[in-house]
Amino acid sequence: MTVGTVTAFTGVATGRIDWTPYLMGGGIGVLSWAVFAIADDPLGITTALSAVAGFAAMPFVGAETVWHNSYWAQTIPSLSYGSLFLVGVILGAFAASVGARRFQFEAVPAVWRRRFGPSPTRRFAAAFIGGAIEMYGARLAGGCASGHGISGTLQLALSSWIFTIVMFTTAILVGSYLFGDSGER
Amino acid sequence: MNLPVTGSALLPLGILFGFVFGWLLQRARLTDTGVIIGQLRLRDYTLFKVMLTAIIVGGIGVFVLHSGGLAAYHIKPADLLAVVLGAILFGVGMAIYGYCPGTGLAALGTGSLHALAGAVGMLAGAIAFAFSFDWIKAKLLPIAAMGSVRLPELTGIPDLVWFAGLFVIGFAALIALEYRGRA
Repeated sequence: MTVGTVTAFTGVATGRIDWTPYLMGGGIGVLSWAVFAIADDPLGITTALSAVAGFAAMPFVGAETVWHNSYWAQTIPSLSYGSLFLVGVILGAFAASVGARRFQFEAVPAVWRRRFGPSPTRRFAAAFIGGAIEMYGARLAGGCASGHGISGTLQLALSSWIFTIVMFTTAILVGSYLFGDSGER
Repeated sequence: MNLPVTGSALLPLGILFGFVFGWLLQRARLTDTGVIIGQLRLRDYTLFKVMLTAIIVGGIGVFVLHSGGLAAYHIKPADLLAVVLGAILFGVGMAIYGYCPGTGLAALGTGSLHALAGAVGMLAGAIAFAFSFDWIKAKLLPIAAMGSVRLPELTGIPDLVWFAGLFVIGFAALIALEYRGRA
C-alpha cells in the first residue's frame, strides 16, 4: 500500500506524514509472530533483566544468598535465551545507530537540560532512581512496556491492558508535570 | 525443524530476535529520550504509533498462529492490586528516567550514558524486588487476583472484533492528530 493510496483512502493531505513509526511498529508485530511461534517466549525485558540482576547482586550479598532467594529460585540467573535477547537489543540498536550515523555519546539529553540544567550528575542520579522505581514497578506488575505493553496487550490479556492504561496515565501526568514548562520539544 | 525451538539451539535466536527488536526501536527513534518525553507530554505520538501498530499486526498474527495450534498464549495473571501499584510505580519511573526498560537498553547501544545510569538503577530495582518478594507474594499478589484471563473470554466479544475496534478507534485518533499537525 503506497502513501498515495492511504492518502486517497483517508482524505488526509499527507505530505507531512512520516510512516516510519507505523512501519517499525509493524516490524515489531511481525517479530512477535516469530518469537511466539519459534521461541515460545514473548518479547519482554524485565524478567530476563531480573535474572541478570541476580548475578549483579552476588558480589554484594554473596552467591549463596542469591541462590536461596525465593524470587531468583523461579527467575534463575543463567546464560539463557532471555539474557542473550537483552544483549541482542543493545547490539541491534548499536548497529542501527551506526548505520544511520546517529551513534552519539549523550550524557544529558536536550529535553532534560532545558528543564533541569546541564549537570550530568543530576541527570545520572535521576536516571538511576527512575530506572530503579520503574523496574520495581515492572516486577510488581509482572511486566514492562514490552512484556505487558506489547506482548500482553496483543494477546488481549486483562492484566496487560490494565497495566498499560494505568502506566501511561501516570507517566503522562508525571511527565507533563516534570517537563511541562520546558518549551517545545 | 520442530517448533518451538528448545535448549541450546534457542540461544543464538535470543541474540537474533533481540538484535531485530533493538534495531527497530532505534529506527523508530524510540532510543531518543526526547521522543519518549514528547509522548508523555502529548507533543509527539511516535511511541503510541509504534505500540498500536505492533499490537494490531502482532495480535492478529499471533491469534491466527494460536488458532492453528502453532503458538501458545502466555497470559500474565491479573493480580490487580499488584498490577495497578506496579503500573503506577512504572509510570513515575518512566517519566523520570525518560525510557522504558527496552528503549533504555537499546539507547545504551546508541551511546546514551544516562540510559546506562538508568540500567544500573533497573538492576538495583530488581534486587530490591527480589528481597521483598516473599512479603509481596504473601500480602499483595492475592488481593483482587483474577487469574490469567483474556478480554474475549471475560466479555464474550471475539478477538477479531477487539482488533478491528483498536484499528478503527486507534488509527482514527492518530490520523486526526496527524491532520492537525499534532502527532
